[in-house]
Amino acid sequence: RGMMGQKAVLGGVWLPSTSSAKQQRHDTHFCDKKILLLEAGPKKVWEKLPETYSNRVSSISPGSATLLSSFGAWDHICNMRYRAFRRMQVWDACSEALIMFDKDNLDDMGYIVENDVIMCALTKQLEAVSDRVTVLYRSKAVGYTWPYPFPMTDSSPWVHITLGDGSTLQTKLLIGADGHNSGVRQAAGIQNVSWNYDQSAVVATLHLSEATENNVAWQRFLPSGPIALLPLSDTLSSLVWSTSHEHAAELVSMDEEKFVDAINSAFWSDANHTDFIDSAGAMLQYAVAFLKPTKVSARQLPPSVARVDARSRMSFPLGLGHAAEYVRPRLALIGDAAHRVHPLAGQGVNMGFGDISSLVHHLSAAAFNGKDLGSMSHLTGYETDRQRHNTALLAATDLLKRLYSTSATPLVLLRTWGLQATNAVSPLKEQIMAFASK
Amino acid sequence: MWGGSKLSCSGNRFLGVVISRYRGTQTECTRLITSAVYSENQFSWTPQTKPWVFSEYRIMWFKSYRMTFACLNRIKIYRYPWTRLYSTSRTTVDSSEVKTFLALAHRWWDEQGIYAPLHSMNDLRVPFIRDNLLKTVADHQPGKPLSGMKILDVGCGGGLLTEPLGRLGASVTGIDPVDENIKTAQHHKSFDPILDKRIEYRACSLEEIVEETTEAFDAVVASEVVEHVIDLETFIQCCCQVLKPGGSLFITTINKTQLSYALGIVFAEQIAGIVPKGTHTWEKFVSPEKLESILESNGLSVQSVAGMLYNPFSGYWHWSENTSLNYAAHAVKSGVQDHPVPDEFVFKGETEELRGQDSTNAGAQEELKK
Repeated sequence: RGMMGQKAVLGGVWLPSTSSAKQQRHDTHFCDKKILLLEAGPKKVWEKLPETYSNRVSSISPGSATLLSSFGAWDHICNMRYRAFRRMQVWDACSEALIMFDKDNLDDMGYIVENDVIMCALTKQLEAVSDRVTVLYRSKAVGYTWPYPFPMTDSSPWVHITLGDGSTLQTKLLIGADGHNSGVRQAAGIQNVSWNYDQSAVVATLHLSEATENNVAWQRFLPSGPIALLPLSDTLSSLVWSTSHEHAAELVSMDEEKFVDAINSAFWSDANHTDFIDSAGAMLQYAVAFLKPTKVSARQLPPSVARVDARSRMSFPLGLGHAAEYVRPRLALIGDAAHRVHPLAGQGVNMGFGDISSLVHHLSAAAFNGKDLGSMSHLTGYETDRQRHNTALLAATDLLKRLYSTSATPLVLLRTWGLQATNAVSPLKEQIMAFASK
Repeated sequence: MWGGSKLSCSGNRFLGVVISRYRGTQTECTRLITSAVYSENQFSWTPQTKPWVFSEYRIMWFKSYRMTFACLNRIKIYRYPWTRLYSTSRTTVDSSEVKTFLALAHRWWDEQGIYAPLHSMNDLRVPFIRDNLLKTVADHQPGKPLSGMKILDVGCGGGLLTEPLGRLGASVTGIDPVDENIKTAQHHKSFDPILDKRIEYRACSLEEIVEETTEAFDAVVASEVVEHVIDLETFIQCCCQVLKPGGSLFITTINKTQLSYALGIVFAEQIAGIVPKGTHTWEKFVSPEKLESILESNGLSVQSVAGMLYNPFSGYWHWSENTSLNYAAHAVKSGVQDHPVPDEFVFKGETEELRGQDSTNAGAQEELKK
């Protein structure tokens, strides 16, 4: 049908694409640029906040919260619901070692927000800027025509996208934010380093036995995979339990009581402890106490779970992915299209928000210099920026996952001592927290 | 009306270069111009409404040391007294330079190609122009900081600098004596409807713009141009003429030093191939001091001069204190219309009176020389 000349098109189904569109609109240098968002799903509108909590939640770091508030979406989230947490305890199932992240100055370490709440907030904000950002719901791109690296006579230097309904669009910059099975990335032929973990994550919304302050995030590394309890409200928490495919299937299908028991024993049971490791751990603990006679945090137990929300149990497979290139001429990948990570560190969506922040920064500078937005010179700046950060985080997360997937004594000893040592060195902990909160 | 130019008939391929062109006769013009460039035939002159142009061409032939005199007689000459204050009788376009650029006209927009250093120079020169122009306005439209400004890009080539300025909101006129460059530039901007409206390209010389308009532009940009012109003095005079009072002139060029010979000619052209061979002639490089003195003597007060350094390994440019290689200069035309010397003398203070006297003397000497 028609050809619409657009400045930037985002093919996306997920949080980062919507927030990217928002952030771009908000930046003053983009005032005269038109942005089109292609969304495969339907428009999600809530009349009223549903009472039941959704089982998919994300841990939003302070840096991401700043990004969201910079274009007004955070206010919508605050008006709906979110939960701030101040402390995080991470400990091992095979030993007494633990690490406690605590912000002394009473700042929030992060926020647990349901994915649906974030989407709704972003959709509301998009409506507010509909003069510059157009959203096409239920539209899927089926074909792409990429430009040649330098202008050839009579061929358009822009990207052409064919939609499912036959219409075509042309744009100066295509941003691919369509998840880890990115169609944009495949169409561009960008190599993706990926492997599947033999794990699935089980999620559920849990009711606690008794109401507590509930501002602590808990994560325990079991040999089968980490189990995490994230606070949602005084009486509710969200479960993310990464375990083998078979165990995950079992957990989802078992009846409620057994499921609750499984969760509680996963957090409380010391069945995996061995005497050898316990003594080795205790030895280091004495040494640390000797050298640094300040407060030593004792291991605390998470609140016990009473029941689980019906129909909130679900599982999905986990894997790792990293695109070899984030950018091509007139193409940029952000979010899960560029990288996919294990949820054990709670960093997946935050990396996506970081991508957006960086991309908008580079595009804004380019626009202020009158550059063609699809030009590689600033896109490679974004790629270098983010690849450095993301590769490090991906490697660290993968390493942690592998390190904690075993109960072989040497590795358990190594990680016990490592964890205890890290817990003792406050500057190191602060560095880790700072890196994770960006 | 269009005019062709006379060509040398004595065997050296001297290419006539100054070709005026009016809108509407573009295709005819391009045909003529292309053949003018390549063939050695002569064309008859069709004199029409701008007779003093011909005397300029005649003088161009006298001044250029490469010309042969054989075909002078065939040019019809109309003598008319001219009433302009400055002499525009000399052209600044060097035809041999035209030839060099002609061969590379289609390579402009390959960002990783031979013009890559010029593409990355935009990271310095666009902010330089933009920020200095923004200083002259009280506030600006976000998203289009240069909107409302009229800019002339002299020697625009393929439009590498013209397009960013257009994107920032300015109405830009890009001129270049090489027609192939203008064609490339036109083709490239045609894909973007917004740029298409904001930018206008013309294959002509600065002198022709001077004839048509005076004091029409808020800014004139001559980036990597002054090291290619024959007569710098005339060039600067022409720039000054088309500038509005208070308008800005931006120049980026190469310094004439031993270092610039070693790095700019020997290394860049002959060894590393960063710049195509034969692009630059060391004798035509201009030192900042010489440029400043020419600017000041033509009523343009120099606001800033900054050095630029190119890192061939990273492909990026950097600002630098050191002006011994590349540098950028920003000058502003004084706000008063007339010849600057008497006004300096009259309006400024006592110490500057002395300076005014000196420049009057210098001015008098220059006029005597002429």
